[in-house]
Amino acid sequence: MTRSTVPVRLYVNGDRYDIDIEPRRTLADALREDCALTGTHLGCEHGVCGACTVLLDGQPVRACLMFAVQAEGASVRTVEGLAPDEETLHPVQKAFWEHHGLQCGFCTPGFLTLVTGYLEEHPEAQEDELRDVLSSNLCRCTGYQNIVTATMSAAEEMRG
Amino acid sequence: MIGSRALRIEDRVLLRGAGRFAADTQRAGELHMRVVRSPVAHGRIVSIDGTEALRLEGVTAVWTYADVADLPAIGFRLTPREELLPYRQPVLARSVVRYVGEPVAVVFAESSYLAEDAAELVDVEIESLPAHLDPDAEPVVWVDAEQASWAAGNGERLPAQDSEASVFTIGYGDVDAAFSSGEGRVFTMDARIGRHTGVPMECRGLVAVYDEAEGQLIVDGAAKVPFWNREAIAAMNGLAPSQVVVRETHVGGGFGPRGELYPEDVLVTVAAMRLRAPIKWIEDRQEHLMATNHSRGQHHRLRALVDEDGYIRALDATFTLDQGAYVRTHGATVASLTASMLPGPYVIDNLRVTAHVRLTHKTPAGTYRSPGRYEGTFARERLIDAIAHGLGLSREQVRRRNLIGPEQMPYERPIQAMGTHLVHDSGDYALLIDKAAERFDFPAIRETVSRRRAAGERVGFGFGYFVEKSGIGPSEGARVVVDSAGAVTVLCGASSVGQGVDTVLAQVVAEVLDVPHDSIRVVRGRTDQFQYGRGAFATRLTVMAGSAALNAAKAVRDKAFRTAAAELAVSVEQLRIRGGVVEVEGAEHGGLDLGQIAGILEPLRASELKEEPGLAADGWFHTDHMTYPYGLHAALVRIDEGTGRLEVERFMVAYDVGRALNPLLVEGQIAGGVAQGLGGAMYEEFLYAADGTPQSTTFMDYLVPTAAEVPPIEMLVTEDAPSPLNPLGVKGAGEGGTTAVAAAIASAVDDALQRPGAIDSVPIKPDTLRRLLQPTTTHDVPTKE
Ligand code: FES
Ligand code: FES
Repeated sequence: MTRSTVPVRLYVNGDRYDIDIEPRRTLADALREDCALTGTHLGCEHGVCGACTVLLDGQPVRACLMFAVQAEGASVRTVEGLAPDEETLHPVQKAFWEHHGLQCGFCTPGFLTLVTGYLEEHPEAQEDELRDVLSSNLCRCTGYQNIVTATMSAAEEMRG
Repeated sequence: MIGSRALRIEDRVLLRGAGRFAADTQRAGELHMRVVRSPVAHGRIVSIDGTEALRLEGVTAVWTYADVADLPAIGFRLTPREELLPYRQPVLARSVVRYVGEPVAVVFAESSYLAEDAAELVDVEIESLPAHLDPDAEPVVWVDAEQASWAAGNGERLPAQDSEASVFTIGYGDVDAAFSSGEGRVFTMDARIGRHTGVPMECRGLVAVYDEAEGQLIVDGAAKVPFWNREAIAAMNGLAPSQVVVRETHVGGGFGPRGELYPEDVLVTVAAMRLRAPIKWIEDRQEHLMATNHSRGQHHRLRALVDEDGYIRALDATFTLDQGAYVRTHGATVASLTASMLPGPYVIDNLRVTAHVRLTHKTPAGTYRSPGRYEGTFARERLIDAIAHGLGLSREQVRRRNLIGPEQMPYERPIQAMGTHLVHDSGDYALLIDKAAERFDFPAIRETVSRRRAAGERVGFGFGYFVEKSGIGPSEGARVVVDSAGAVTVLCGASSVGQGVDTVLAQVVAEVLDVPHDSIRVVRGRTDQFQYGRGAFATRLTVMAGSAALNAAKAVRDKAFRTAAAELAVSVEQLRIRGGVVEVEGAEHGGLDLGQIAGILEPLRASELKEEPGLAADGWFHTDHMTYPYGLHAALVRIDEGTGRLEVERFMVAYDVGRALNPLLVEGQIAGGVAQGLGGAMYEEFLYAADGTPQSTTFMDYLVPTAAEVPPIEMLVTEDAPSPLNPLGVKGAGEGGTTAVAAAIASAVDDALQRPGAIDSVPIKPDTLRRLLQPTTTHDVPTKE
C-alpha cells in the first residue's frame, strides 16, 4: 500500500517551502523533518509542554497539535527566525542568555517563541500576567524564576 | 574568572535553535524503531504475531525475544549486589511480562509514522496473571528457576526467587542494647514517599549506524555515562570497545533516569549491526512515563531513643523500596544511599538501618536527583519534628542538639556510602542555621505567621536540614590543547545533561591561562575524543572534571613557560601569563602568545627542546572519598480552607557548597532542584489501578509544576566549609535544591494545620488537606517555637 501525499506550501521565517507530505503529518514534524528546522522541539506531542510552540501569523500555537496542511499559506515563525542575523540575538534570546533562563535548552525554543509572540502583541504586560503566560509551557531545569526575570527584562528592552 | 557569574558558553547555540538533540540527527536510509509494549502488568505471553505488520510496505523487520535470544540481560553499572542478578531485565520480554510498558517486540520501518502503524498491527496475545503491587505485602514468588538462572547469567543454576530482591542492614553501635537500657523516650515515625521521577523535557532517543568504511558502530544521542555504555554496547554486539563510538549530543535534561542503558538502547545498536541500516528511536512521552526509570517510592519506619533534651541515642530504621518489575543498571544504589545517608547531619550514637528492595509489577525504578536523600531526609526530619513536639522543645532546638559540631570535622561515620567510607569532610552545620535565620529573618516570618493565623489564615512555617554528597571518584581526566592560532580546547571524559559543565570547565581553564572563558571550546561525552570518563551523575563533575581541568591547564601553562623561557632566553621564574601571552615580568613588550608557543612546539623543535610535540597536556584527578555539602530548606505555606489548595508563598534555601565556581549556575541548579522537589512534595505521582494499569501516562495526569506553582526561590549560598579533598575546594551543587523540599513543606503544612505529625506522606494533595481540615474532636496543638 502506498500512502498518498499532498503538496503543501509553507512560509517559514520568510522562506517558502514546497513539500509533499501525508495529510496526517503534524506541523511540528513537517518543520523538523521536511524543512530541516529542528529548533522546534517535541516534549509531549499532546499539547501540554509547549516545547513545540511556533508563531502562526504571529500567534503562539502548539505545532504538535496542528497538521501541516492546516498551515498552508500561513506565515510560520520558529526559533530559527527570531534573531535578525547570525551575529545578533533577538532581545528575548539575549535576555534569556543574560539571566540564565536556560539550562539544557530543550524547552527554550518554545519559551522564546511564546514570549516573543506575546510581547509583540502585549508590550505593556506586567509580571503577574507574564507569569501566567509562561505557565503554559513546561521547563524541568530552571525552576522558572530566571525565565520570568528574563521575560520581564526582554519586555522592558522591547518597549525601548 | 573562577567564582564569577560568567555567562554560559553553551547558550548561543541553544538560543538559536541550533542545538543537536537526539531526535535532530537524521541519516539517509534510516529505519525507525518502534517498541511494542505490554498492555498488561503481569501475564504470560501466548503469542506475538508480526505478519500483518510486515505486510505494510516500508516495514523491514519485526523482532520478538526469539530474534534476540542470544543477548544477555542488562548489567549493573553501580552497586552490583550479587543477590540482585536474577532480577535483571531482558531487552525483550522472554515469556512473562512484568509491567505495563515492558518491551515485547520491536518493528523497524522507513518512517516514524509507518513504524507506529506497524506496531499497532503486531498481534500480542498475553494471558493475564494477578498483579502484585504492594511492596509492603508479604513477598510472592517472582521469577522461576529458569528465568532466575538466565537473568543472573553467571552460569549458576538458581532456584526460583521471591519478590524481595535484597535485604541488607548497615549500622554501628549497639541499637538493641540502647533501646533495652530503659533510659530515654522512644519516638516513632511512619513515613511514605510517593513514586515519581526526573521526567526531563526531552524524552529518550538514540541513533546508531554501523560505518562499514571505518569498521565502527557510531551511536549518537547518548547521555550521562557514554563511556560505560560504550563498553556495554560493545560487549552486547561482540565488538571491541574501540570499534564503538558513543557520542553525546545535546541532552534535554538528565536528573538521574536519562542516559542509563535501557533495553531500547541495546535494541537500536543491535539492529544497526544486524539490519545494516541507520536505526533511529525516539521515545514518546507516554512511553517515557511508563518505560523510563521511576524513582522514590519508599516506606520508612523509624524508631528513635531520645534523651529529655532531644539528643538521639539510637535510631532503628527499616524501609521498603518499591523497585518495580526489574533491577536495572543502578543495582542497589538507591537503597544503599538511602541507608547510609539517613542519619544526615546528626551524630546519633547507635544506628541500624535495614533496607528491603522489593519487586512489584510496575515500571522499574532507579535514581532521581538526590536519590535516597530526598526520601530519607523526609522521614528523618519528620521524626525530628515529632521528637520536638513530644518533648515540648522547638524544632530548631532539637536539630541543634544533634548536629555534628564543627570541632568534630572531619567526622567519620563507620559506614559506607557508594562504596566509600562516609566521612563528612568539613562543615559548620549550626552556623548555617544562624546565617539562614538572619538572612531570611526567621523571627519575622514566625511573627507574621502568628499574626495571620490569629486573623484566621491557615499559614505555616517549617524547615528541614540535610547533608548531601557529591564528587564520587575514583578518577576523571581532561586534556587542554592550544592550537597554532592560540585557540584553546578542553577535551574530557565528562558528560553534560544540560547543567552547564562546559562553562565551568572553561572558567577553570580560563583562569589559569588568562584567556576569555567564552573563547574556549569544550569537547565532552565523546568516546572517540577522550579515553576515559565516569559520567554525569551523583553531582560529581564540578569536583572531578573541574579538578582535572585545573591540573591539565596548569600543566599546559608550565609547558608554555618552559618553551617561552628557552625561546626568550630567560628563566621560568621570570615569566608570567597575561591575556594568553607569556611575557617577561617587568618587560614593557615582547612575549609570546599561546599560539606562537604552540607553533614553536612543532615536532622537530619540540624534540630539540626535549618536549612532547604540541602545546597540550593531560590532567587527572583521583579521590577515594566523596565531599558532603549541606543545607537547610525552609518554607512558608498557606492552605486554602475551602479547596485544600496548598500554596508555597516563600521557599528558602541555605546551602554551603564549599566554593561556588559560578554562583549564577549554582543558583540555577538550586532553583531547578527546588522545583523538582516541590513536584514530588505536592503534585507528581505515578498511580496504578488495582490491575497494575498505570494512571499517570500523560502530562494531564502526571503534573509537572509550572511557573504558576513555583515561587521565586530565595537563596543563601555560603562558602564556609571548602572541601579539603580537592584543589578547588568545591562541593557539588546539583542536588541540594531538591533534598529537603518534601521535609520542609511537610513541616510547614503541619504548622499551618496546627497538627504536628499530620503529614506523613508525600505528595501532599488537596484532598488530603481537605480531610485534615475537617473538624476533629482532638484539640489543635500548636508547634512550639
Ligand atoms: S510537544 Fe507540543 S505541547 Fe508538548
Ligand atoms: S532548560 Fe531544560 S527544560 Fe527548560
